Amino acid sequence: MAKSIKKESVFWRGRSIVIGVPYLWFILLAAIPLLIVLKISMSTMEMASVSNMIDWSNGWPKLTLNFASYQFIGTDPLYLRTYLSSIKYALITTVICLAIGYPFAYFMARAPKHMQPTLLMLIMLPFWTSFLLRIYAWKTLLVDNGIINNMLMSIGVISEPMPMMNTPFSLVIGMVYSYLPFMILPLYANLSKLDVRFLEAAADLGTSPLKTFWLITVPLSKAGIIAGSMLVFIPAIGEYVIPELLGGPNTLMIGRVLWDEFFSNNDWPMASAVAVVMMLLILLPMAILNKYQSDQAEAKA
Amino acid sequence: MNQLIHKYFGRSWMLAVYAFLYLPIVTLVIYSFNDSKLVTVWSHASFRWYYALMEDSDLIAAVWLSLKIAFLSALMAVFFGTFVAFALNRYKRFYGRTLLSSMASMPLVMPEVIVGLALLLMLVSVQHWLGFPQRGLFTILLGHALLGTAYAAVVVSSRLREMDGRLDEAAMDLGAKPFQVFTLVTLPLLIPALVSAFLLTFTLSFDDVVLSAFLSGPGYNTMPMVIFSRARLGLNPTINAVATVTILVVTFAVIASSFYTSHAERKRKREVALAYSDANQ
Repeated sequence: MAKSIKKESVFWRGRSIVIGVPYLWFILLAAIPLLIVLKISMSTMEMASVSNMIDWSNGWPKLTLNFASYQFIGTDPLYLRTYLSSIKYALITTVICLAIGYPFAYFMARAPKHMQPTLLMLIMLPFWTSFLLRIYAWKTLLVDNGIINNMLMSIGVISEPMPMMNTPFSLVIGMVYSYLPFMILPLYANLSKLDVRFLEAAADLGTSPLKTFWLITVPLSKAGIIAGSMLVFIPAIGEYVIPELLGGPNTLMIGRVLWDEFFSNNDWPMASAVAVVMMLLILLPMAILNKYQSDQAEAKA
Repeated sequence: MNQLIHKYFGRSWMLAVYAFLYLPIVTLVIYSFNDSKLVTVWSHASFRWYYALMEDSDLIAAVWLSLKIAFLSALMAVFFGTFVAFALNRYKRFYGRTLLSSMASMPLVMPEVIVGLALLLMLVSVQHWLGFPQRGLFTILLGHALLGTAYAAVVVSSRLREMDGRLDEAAMDLGAKPFQVFTLVTLPLLIPALVSAFLLTFTLSFDDVVLSAFLSGPGYNTMPMVIFSRARLGLNPTINAVATVTILVVTFAVIASSFYTSHAERKRKREVALAYSDANQ
């Protein structure tokens, strides 16, 4: 009896450590920082520091919430335009990644079995080499006196350099390039599990290959399409480095606005408010993804 | 005929995608051996920028700082990530489990600019009350460890889920205490996952520029920060040289680690099969 009680208490102590350590870690470094962002977004900048939300000067706490930053985001058309243009570029990137990645994943899943691990590693390898250096590499390719323009001019295809750098084109190329593996991996995982008997049955019943593809393969890989699209869309919205290096001054992205509010304007409440609105923007596709996945789990059960 | 088109179309599509993925990397490496000061105009082959690299003390100091931070933050990330994975996989119901799992996925889905801003504002308020920490190595380390913990938790979790729970139960039936079960049974089986989590979080930290830029203080520039600030100004041949060195090291490490994991996996399967055949005798 006594022994079993002791064993129980060891179990409970172990359990509270195993749960408590990561809890504390994330409360300190994830939950509290986000709450502070929320708090600062509702205060104003006073003499190079942030105003106190709770005022004790009268002997009792007086809470002041200041929505000036949000009001500013709502009324200044620049912010709205930037949010919309972030969504636009993220959507374009997602669609192009899907258009390139889906056939790729499809063919990779049908490649000889012994070659698939190597093909997969070749997709992952650039992903392990520095992201920053690969974006820089595109800069050397795309600038006016860059490698692509020099080559095209030396073989006489064009007589003047094509302006590619600092345009929406260079921004989208950089984003597609960086996020393509995120699209391919879930699609491949999904398509390689596809039951080929469905396709054979369709062929036996006289369905054309194209029709089989649209009526059977695509619907069955819906989970992979959704997962891949979200894995591209969500990080693309808040991207900072790619627009900074490849996008030039005219491509509006919200990550850069946040950066500039913070580092150039030193306006912490504004930067925080921009961040809060951006979080809301990301939570929506997240919720769709979660709901879809839990629906699927339910359908399976 | 149809089959043939299908086959060749598939091959050329895949080839084109690989070309797209590798073209920038290959040109980066080739032009690192270019003697010209103009990065994109080929003059003749030389090691000029590699010599320049060896004398670039700013960059070398930055590489050391990055290596230090990457190593330490990867250790921290694997440590805390393993805790997260155990808490979420071994205890299916406890108060606030959903909160823990959503906090653990926060760094994965939030843009780095938001994570960086949030951590910095938190550290500024802590410093306001307590007088420390000063912005520098430690604060960058915290940021990278937070990001890494989320990734390490995913890697370790996926291993824990597919692990055979019966081995733990058998050890407990034979009288092992929970801690002994962990150190003698679970941990050895987890080692390949811990190694890949370490490599992944090391790479993430070594590559990160946004969190470092928010969290670093004067005098603490990581390698990506130096590269980023130079790349912002324009093209710079020393970046090509750094890139080539990095790419060589990373390629070698990835190939070596994939050999290691496939070897470890085979060994593990053999041992498990052996254990079961012993048990059946």
